[in-house]
Amino acid sequence: MRAYWKANQLKLAPWLFLLPGILMFLMYVIIPIFQSLNVSFYAWDGLGEKEFVGMSNYVELMDDEAFYTSLKNNLIWLVLYMLAIPAGLFVALFLNQTVRGIRIYKSLFFFPFVISQVVVGLVFAWFYDPNYGLLNILINALGFDSIAVLADERFVTYGIIVAGLWPQTAYCMILYLTGLNAVDPEQIEAARLDNAKGWRMLWYVILPQLKPATFIAIVVTVIGALRSFDLISIMTDGGPWGSSRVLAFYMYEQAFSEYGFRMGYGAAIAVVLFAIMMVYITGFLYKMYRDERGR
Amino acid sequence: MFPTPIEKASPSARRLYKIALPIALVLWLLPLIAVALTSIRSAGDITAGNYWGWPTSFNLLENYTAVFTNSPIGQYILNSFKVTIPTVIGAVALSCMTGFALGVYRFKANMLVFFMFVAGNFVPFQILMVPVRDLTLSMGIYNTTMGLALFHIAFQTGFCTLFMRNFIRALPHELIEAARVEGVSEIQIFWHVVMPLMKPAIAALSVLIFTFIWNDYFWATVLTQGADTQPVTAGLYSLNGQWVASWHLVSAGSIVAALPPVLMFFAMQKHFIAGLTLGAVK
Repeated sequence: MRAYWKANQLKLAPWLFLLPGILMFLMYVIIPIFQSLNVSFYAWDGLGEKEFVGMSNYVELMDDEAFYTSLKNNLIWLVLYMLAIPAGLFVALFLNQTVRGIRIYKSLFFFPFVISQVVVGLVFAWFYDPNYGLLNILINALGFDSIAVLADERFVTYGIIVAGLWPQTAYCMILYLTGLNAVDPEQIEAARLDNAKGWRMLWYVILPQLKPATFIAIVVTVIGALRSFDLISIMTDGGPWGSSRVLAFYMYEQAFSEYGFRMGYGAAIAVVLFAIMMVYITGFLYKMYRDERGR
Repeated sequence: MFPTPIEKASPSARRLYKIALPIALVLWLLPLIAVALTSIRSAGDITAGNYWGWPTSFNLLENYTAVFTNSPIGQYILNSFKVTIPTVIGAVALSCMTGFALGVYRFKANMLVFFMFVAGNFVPFQILMVPVRDLTLSMGIYNTTMGLALFHIAFQTGFCTLFMRNFIRALPHELIEAARVEGVSEIQIFWHVVMPLMKPAIAALSVLIFTFIWNDYFWATVLTQGADTQPVTAGLYSLNGQWVASWHLVSAGSIVAALPPVLMFFAMQKHFIAGLTLGAVK
């Protein structure tokens, strides 16, 4: 035994170290993905017998108005959430100075990211309140009528996205601040000698060097947009009339809430969301694979 | 440095910048400032609609005491700690080992295992929700802080492995080679050679995971219910339902709930940012 270990230590050791982590990860993450795929072919209330229904959950999805609303909202989230990236860059450029106390400013600007989305949601729900919310006080002061942002189908999704952009912008800002720190000063000096300034400098000299930061910012923003659940649950509970649902929220609603426990149907929605996410995951892994190879 | 350092700008531009800075900050944090102010208002102010004017009285102590005595928020916070601390310890411990295995050894399945962790870490929560709830139920730990913590440990291992593995890759490999030549066993290399060098990574990861898990809301609603087990994020949501229009209490509760990660962030700022921006500069 001892001799065997001595001889094969290098081969066995990595698996020994990996074992607990892999087991946990398989049990709670990898296997459940396949279980969900499987459940999506059944009708199941979570307690009784599962009944195999083939593709009918997916067929039903095709005709489900609420599904399309959620899908559309997911797209709006994806597109508008991207604003966090230029916004974060803008704030980072604004704060990338060395005046006194700037470090405290930087951390205070980062603040929204540290607090829970539940708190962010409550804060913004209140900000939008039609009676005494700050937004409507401002709107009234400008002479317009109040808007009940979160009770209006036209505005509700945008209102929630704005709330989400607040912490997300802070996140992108910190990524860019770190990136700006690593920008090569010699290149900037050289570009200055060539009379590059302002926008041209930013576009041709700075942004190319910020590529790694931009890449991470895109990854976390896409994931954040597709994971949007907390804010919707807190601010509107999917309403009014389901108009602010996204796939993540609709799935939860179908699978367990007062509307019934339709696990199979919920799983089918989750599979669609997973398929969308898989596009990004594959892209990310591909880039990582290329980088690893290049090393 | 870009943009051009403000010291090189004209005096008026410099003055403008110094004025713009605090104004921008106040605007940026306006929602939070409003909450902080509301949390010290009296109930009278709230019913009178005095949200933005000067408070008629400062009820800091009254409101915060009321939050703790009229609601189970103390229990919620305790639950949050009972979920968060085991998760931090568990996920960091597991990923020290997985990160070491994937960072140090060359073997065929290395990349495959690594990609499994990375891909799993990006998966939408909803695809895990039904089976994880079932699993937790069948293990008899549904609606316990341990059931919630176990899931978090497993899921966070994905991100933590990515982090640790990249950190260990960047360590000088010669150290490990030298130890091997000396006949030091692999387990001893892990414990005595690599672990001491991993301290900054462990610190960064711990703060990060603490914040992530403290702020988790989705899994709290899926795997726990009721004030005995729910963490403060889910608790705040139900308190919000009970305290309709008692905005001074909701605000005070929000601040209490947000405080631990905020304190953590300020205490360990450098580690936090180092963790968050890993990979953003290369």
